[in-house]
Amino acid sequence: MVNIIKIAARNLRRYLRRTLLTSALITLGVVAVLLFISITGSFKEMMVGQITDSMLGHIQVHRKGYLASIDNLPLNRNLNQSQVAKVEEILRDIDRDTDAVESFSMRIKLGAMFSNYTETTNIRLNTVIPEQEVKTVPLLPDRIIKGQKKEALLQKGEILVPELIANGMKVKVGDSVVLVANNKDGSVNGKTFTVSGVLEGISGPGGRDGVIHLDDARELLRINGVEISEIAIRLKNMDHLSMVFSRLKAGLEPLRDKKDRSIFEVHTWEKLTPFYNIAKMIDLMTFFIKIMLVAIVLVSIMNVMIMAVYERINEIGTIAAIGTLPGKIMALFVTEGFLLGVLGTAAGTVISLISIALINAAEITFNFGRQSDLLLAPVIGAGDVITIVLIVIAISVLASLQPAFKAARMDPITALRHV
Amino acid sequence: MSLVTADRLEKTYQIDEISVNAIRGVNFTIEPASFVSFVGPSGSGKSTLLNMIGCLDPPTNGSLQVVGRDITRMDRKQAARFRGEHIGFVFQDFNLIPVLTVFENVEYPLLMVQNRPAQERKKRVNDLLEAVGMGDQGGKYPSQISGGQKQRVAVARALVTNAKLVLADEPTANLDGKTANRIISLMKKMRDEFKTTFIFSTHDPKVMQNAEIVFTLEDGKLHQRQNHNGGGHG
Repeated sequence: MVNIIKIAARNLRRYLRRTLLTSALITLGVVAVLLFISITGSFKEMMVGQITDSMLGHIQVHRKGYLASIDNLPLNRNLNQSQVAKVEEILRDIDRDTDAVESFSMRIKLGAMFSNYTETTNIRLNTVIPEQEVKTVPLLPDRIIKGQKKEALLQKGEILVPELIANGMKVKVGDSVVLVANNKDGSVNGKTFTVSGVLEGISGPGGRDGVIHLDDARELLRINGVEISEIAIRLKNMDHLSMVFSRLKAGLEPLRDKKDRSIFEVHTWEKLTPFYNIAKMIDLMTFFIKIMLVAIVLVSIMNVMIMAVYERINEIGTIAAIGTLPGKIMALFVTEGFLLGVLGTAAGTVISLISIALINAAEITFNFGRQSDLLLAPVIGAGDVITIVLIVIAISVLASLQPAFKAARMDPITALRHV
Repeated sequence: MSLVTADRLEKTYQIDEISVNAIRGVNFTIEPASFVSFVGPSGSGKSTLLNMIGCLDPPTNGSLQVVGRDITRMDRKQAARFRGEHIGFVFQDFNLIPVLTVFENVEYPLLMVQNRPAQERKKRVNDLLEAVGMGDQGGKYPSQISGGQKQRVAVARALVTNAKLVLADEPTANLDGKTANRIISLMKKMRDEFKTTFIFSTHDPKVMQNAEIVFTLEDGKLHQRQNHNGGGHG
């Protein structure tokens, strides 16, 4: 085998310019794919992180049918005390068994009228227990663009006003505002709040909601006992998503209402945000970029190997005449294709890793939607690199097979007569 | 026992709807350690006959025994193995592998065909290179040596496997007269030293004079056999 590699390598060196051109093409393809994967991957991860860590959490539990009517923020589809207790119990069981649950946060979501005493507008509110919420969506305090970023997020009687409403209603930190809301029975109640901060709006559901304390919501809505619209769950590691989701779903599924319908619905972040579709588009684009790489490698290697066989017909006749078995002739040409693939891939991988390091060192920032100065921090996993390397090398070998087979099957007499 | 025995050997090529009888029922025997030439004009069937003896082209009819084996029914792999084991080739255009050095070219059949151990290969190649007068040229590439030297290397490559039979198709056609004579003398010397049978095709009269046995081919028929230089084989 060493001798076959030696001869193949020398044949590649013999047509140095062609070898370098083909390798350069493969290198370019590998660099394009690895950079694309690393940049889009980091973009995706960052956006997912933004959405899950500042709004959604990783998993949410609602009463069945809540999500379908979430635009209306229904109050008659809240979870009651025993149902909330059941969810808490299951989450604690899962955490005890797997140590996967970081925290969870109880929320009531509602729509209200927001008044600054001169103007009134609609507002969507997320009402939270600040300590739970900060643990579950730790980037939420970072979205406070005006006002003090408190560890406790906010106190009772305070409101974090979404940026759009703050600007539109000319509301400042420290101002007094009134929220008026209907409870589920239709009665109206109002409460005065102090603006403790302005929240930056971000893309996605809940990205433009104001925040108040859960106790204030209970007062505003005249809720006695426990009523919760949504339980957001944060995991210690996103890799546990499907496991926790399955266990949670399995744990809640047996709980049925009188009509034997399940009481709860459980969703991962993927089902809760339209960004998941963008993430899927990115994955699809990555797939097509990989297909293009495969095509580049296939066509360039096949072209080179067909040329190599054509130019060396006489040589093939010679080695066949002196007794070289067809399998060895085939191995000689397949090895050439393999080495071309290895050469292009090695160069491409090295250039990609250096480029990724340079992009990180350059600290490039970009804007996405209403968010600005997001840091582009591409990373590439060993798994992705190994996958691309294996794909390119496998395709190189595959592309060499037909020309190599042709060489191996060549009739020595015809080959020797070839000029 | 004869090294090569042909009995009513025929070769017919089909070109479109026309059948061309390249060899028409020839009979001959060649003894071990002979120095034999097939001569004749272009298209007479010399190369076809050499290709059949060299297991490169199967006969259409008749039988052909080489080194005691009937080679008429061999498949591609069997034929390749047989060639690698028993037959050496010297080509008109030398046909050295350009990416291999002189040493590696001679070593090639031992390495890639016979899988011999490194020490044996080294000794055998060095012995052969010395024998053909190329002992000090082993590190050079074919592009760095002359035509005559290339043919010496080709002779060494043909002999390195201890082949019983070396087939040389017009081995001097691309060489000047002086070099051609040297190559023929070298082949004869190798025959004497290694007891290898050399069969070559030629239409060079000077080369014919050196052959001990001359078979003349015309229109696919073996018309006559001449002995020269006191050669008494066949």
